[in-house]
Amino acid sequence: MKYTLIILSLILIATSPLIAAKKNQLTLTGSTTVLPIAQAAAEAFMDKYDVNVSVRGGGSGVGVAALMNKTVDIANSSRPMKAKEITIAKSSGVNPTAYAIANDGITIVVNTKNTVKNLTIKDLKGIYTGKITNWNQIGGLNMPITVISRDVSSGTFEVFNEKVLSGSKVIDSAMMLASNNAVASTVGDTPGAIGYIGLGYVTEKTKIVNVENCIPSIQTIKSGEYKLSRKLYMYTNGPAKGNTAGYLNFIFSPEGQKIVEEQGFISVK
Amino acid sequence: MNTYKEKAFRALTYIASLFVILFLFGIIFSIFKEGLPLFKQVNIKDFLLGSAWYPTMATPEFGIWTLIIGSLYVTLGALIIAIPLGLGTAIYISEVAGQRMKEISKPVIELLAGIPSVIYGLFGMAFLAPAIRQWFGLQVGLNVFTASIILGIMVVPIIASMSEDALSTVPKALREASSALGATHWETICKVVVPAAKRGIIGSILLGFGRAVGETMVVLMVAGGSARIPHSIFESVRPMTSSIAAEMGETVVGDLHYAALFAIAIVLFMITFLTNLVTELVFLKRSAR
Repeated sequence: MKYTLIILSLILIATSPLIAAKKNQLTLTGSTTVLPIAQAAAEAFMDKYDVNVSVRGGGSGVGVAALMNKTVDIANSSRPMKAKEITIAKSSGVNPTAYAIANDGITIVVNTKNTVKNLTIKDLKGIYTGKITNWNQIGGLNMPITVISRDVSSGTFEVFNEKVLSGSKVIDSAMMLASNNAVASTVGDTPGAIGYIGLGYVTEKTKIVNVENCIPSIQTIKSGEYKLSRKLYMYTNGPAKGNTAGYLNFIFSPEGQKIVEEQGFISVK
Repeated sequence: MNTYKEKAFRALTYIASLFVILFLFGIIFSIFKEGLPLFKQVNIKDFLLGSAWYPTMATPEFGIWTLIIGSLYVTLGALIIAIPLGLGTAIYISEVAGQRMKEISKPVIELLAGIPSVIYGLFGMAFLAPAIRQWFGLQVGLNVFTASIILGIMVVPIIASMSEDALSTVPKALREASSALGATHWETICKVVVPAAKRGIIGSILLGFGRAVGETMVVLMVAGGSARIPHSIFESVRPMTSSIAAEMGETVVGDLHYAALFAIAIVLFMITFLTNLVTELVFLKRSAR
């Protein structure tokens, strides 16, 4: 009995900072694409200010749902909120406000052994819908194409779906992988593979392919010249106030946008 | 004082077990509550037997037949690998190994069961898949074969450990009688001990099946994820568990896709629930132990 009391009081003491610090607490949840930016910015922000920022992943949908339930201060999303989500949010008294914090280009990657340098959106659509099945059909080596896609509900897929597939179905033999890293490593290991990943995830094991004769780069993505680009968002309930505004201002500051670039994304300034 | 403590203790254990049951029913209730609304808009037959899984298209299609097949393929593959290995290990430990070897090998096998599944997945993705791609000259190493091997290794401890329990409860008199009739050690194992422990062994295989069919992390990482019926064991599949895990994060809560993922969870729950029920009722009668 004595021990239980001692243990209970120890637990209370151990957790009390968490309870006490609640006032200066900022929580973010959502897209795993935005996660590295949010995390790095949170660390730099916490060094400067006395605010405890906790960042979690889960996916854009999870972030948006958490915002609707008012359990987070900021929802990270790699896509604009859907009309349906905004309606649901408004009906529960939440007023989602979008802040575009970074630009992201979806990069088409192939194996380093592949000789193809440029693909058109039409080529990409042909490959992903199964009309083009060998690299020699589009000026490459005689090698079957292994199509690698992301899970149909990932934010990255949604952008690819909108910009490339325009509503057509991905061929059912395409491998659906769960993360940018899984796509990058599989493409790196597979001679005939093609995949798409965020610009920040390109490794030496993969080769970038130009799209419509345009290299995915900071300039081309910012200017919108590169077709496969998108913005990354942070959503708040109503215009940001207090610590939330402080954190967002920090991300928009030159220092914050530098973090965006360090994480492999492109600044919005 | 003593009786007071006694009563408090009883109440505590009672509450603890009540909570466990509450959690179980809570989980069952919520997956049904979230999943059943799907069937207002999608026919059950189209859902179970449809082979197009395009949940995020403008006109979404929710056919999970390919996902069910994906789950069954990797699970059967896993059992084909795990049954001989697991049963062989069980027979070795129970019938062949000396006392010392027995004391070492059983905990070691049970240690294998304690490795987190994500570690198995990492191993499969980083080492086994590239190796299999090279050995068999394939395009990609993420396929039914690779997933089956990894799942098989995960199921071995369950089959080995439970079959060993079953084998060691076979009465000594049976073995002695067999030897007295002139049977060799091998004949005794094959014709007397294993048949006598049949129920326990089949039970362990069924539990292994339940474990493999519900495993998520490994298949998400190494099965590849194509939602179609594979033509060979070197093609990739998308088991039900991977679909739920990979897609849940980005769905709109309350959406049809969200309900469909819960409906898959219902199917998965039914499969594991029925296997466990059959195992408990038919093969592992508690009183018979």
